[in-house]
Amino acid sequence: MAKVTMTVNGKEHSGEAEGRTLLVDFIRGELGLTGTHVGCDTSQCGACVVHVNGESVKSCSVFAQACDGATVATIEGMQNDDGTLGVLQAAFQEHHGLQCGFCTPGMVMSASELLKVNASPTEEEIREGLKGNICRCTGYHNIVKAVQSAAATMAGAAQAAE
Amino acid sequence: MYAFDLARPADLASAVTSLQTEGAQALSGGQTLIPVLKQRLSQPSVLVDLSGIDSMKGIRRAGEFLIIGGGTTHGTVAGSAEVASAIPAIASLASKIGDPQVRNRGTIGGSVANNDPAACYPSAVIALGATVETNKREIAAEDFFQGLYTTSLEEGEIVTAVKFPIPVAATYQKFEQPASRFSLTSVFLAKMGDGSVRVGVTGAGADGVFRHAGLEAALSADFSAAAVDGVAVDAGMMSNDLHATPEYRAHLVKVMTKRAIAALS
Ligand SMILES: Cc1cc2nc3c(=O)[nH]c(=O)nc-3n(C[C@H](O)[C@H](O)[C@H](O)COP(=O)(O)OP(=O)(O)OC[C@H]3O[C@@H](n4cnc5c(N)ncnc54)[C@H](O)[C@@H]3O)c2cc1C
Ligand code: FES
Ligand code: FES
Repeated sequence: MAKVTMTVNGKEHSGEAEGRTLLVDFIRGELGLTGTHVGCDTSQCGACVVHVNGESVKSCSVFAQACDGATVATIEGMQNDDGTLGVLQAAFQEHHGLQCGFCTPGMVMSASELLKVNASPTEEEIREGLKGNICRCTGYHNIVKAVQSAAATMAGAAQAAE
Repeated sequence: MYAFDLARPADLASAVTSLQTEGAQALSGGQTLIPVLKQRLSQPSVLVDLSGIDSMKGIRRAGEFLIIGGGTTHGTVAGSAEVASAIPAIASLASKIGDPQVRNRGTIGGSVANNDPAACYPSAVIALGATVETNKREIAAEDFFQGLYTTSLEEGEIVTAVKFPIPVAATYQKFEQPASRFSLTSVFLAKMGDGSVRVGVTGAGADGVFRHAGLEAALSADFSAAAVDGVAVDAGMMSNDLHATPEYRAHLVKVMTKRAIAALS
């Protein structure tokens, strides 16, 4: 066991982790942030995607101890400060980008990194950017629409701010 | 997973020492090893996390060579201006590995050390005749890969860099197995400075990555799709699984080689 400290969604958290403790188990078990999901054992489904030091990673495929000192962002940090849904979350709701919702936290975290790197992605680039996220329900079309809509909203907001 | 300790050395010398512990194993991006550990297919006593070793990261050009540190992630290689100008085919190959999250963690050192028969990098390493650099020595590509999941690395030996000769032109043509995102059959084709053409094939061989002598000879003489038609690709040396028969893989070797020719023409 070792003490692990990380800044999660802007707040510093500490907890105990074994060598084999995965980041996702630390986030869910030790910190109680259960929005991040586990959908597979093979690093393929992407339900567990979070950001570590600004990069999207599968939190089921990284050890907690390796994230000591890191800055982590999870789905719980995606809402607005007043508790309403953030732009991406609202777009998923608006465009029916989810059915059971199991894959959604990972989808939103991957999409958020995609839009950071590429503010106006094509449909193909969205599908490529979400390649590591599997959805068993929606058939992806509405997820793509949600991401396109969020990109447009963000571009509008950026323009309004100028 | 069985229990183990995680060591996080900050430099190569400490990592080498840690790896001398009985039952120690190297960890880089963990994108292969962590799923393996979850299946309890490996039981290390200590995992030595190489990701904090700065000297193993980075990309540089040295004369006629492009040198990529063993700890450099696929994402870094895919986005590197240095790689794009020296060997754009390597940047393209890296950008096609898995998905963005795998590319943010997985490393070239982990990929070549693992020598998965469907991995992308090994095809570039053998096609370009690259050298694998370790903490002990330099290993020529042909000596490095020893069949499925097997390399000439010794116990505790660390891949610190891969040194690629810069070709005149090269391309990586990936035919993806959509569920795993690995290669079903992919071809790395390079035109070298001496006029020769080299063809590395991954995903197809029953013994892992290989160069195809027949295709290389034909294309070195006549760089055309018609030359590919005249070459026999033996299904007997291809792997067989639920995704593809040996005959289908042998067929794909030619198709992907033709696509490579078209890409370079
Ligand atoms: C969903 C998914 C899709 C993928 N798709 C592809 C694909 O399309 N193409 C492809 O090529 N790969 C693919 N991969 C594999 C990925 O590229 C891995 O990152 C890579 O094979 C292993 O690199 P790593 O840094 O993660 O190594 P790790 O998983 O950390 O280690 C792998 C092995 O290599 C050893 N090792 C690690 N680093 C070193 C070193 N520097 N020196 C000596 N030994 C070392 C470890 O002990 C272990 O045995 C995919 C993986 C996933 C999960
Ligand atoms: S839980 Fe499936 S990729 Fe992490
Ligand atoms: S909404 Fe059910 S898995 Fe995506």
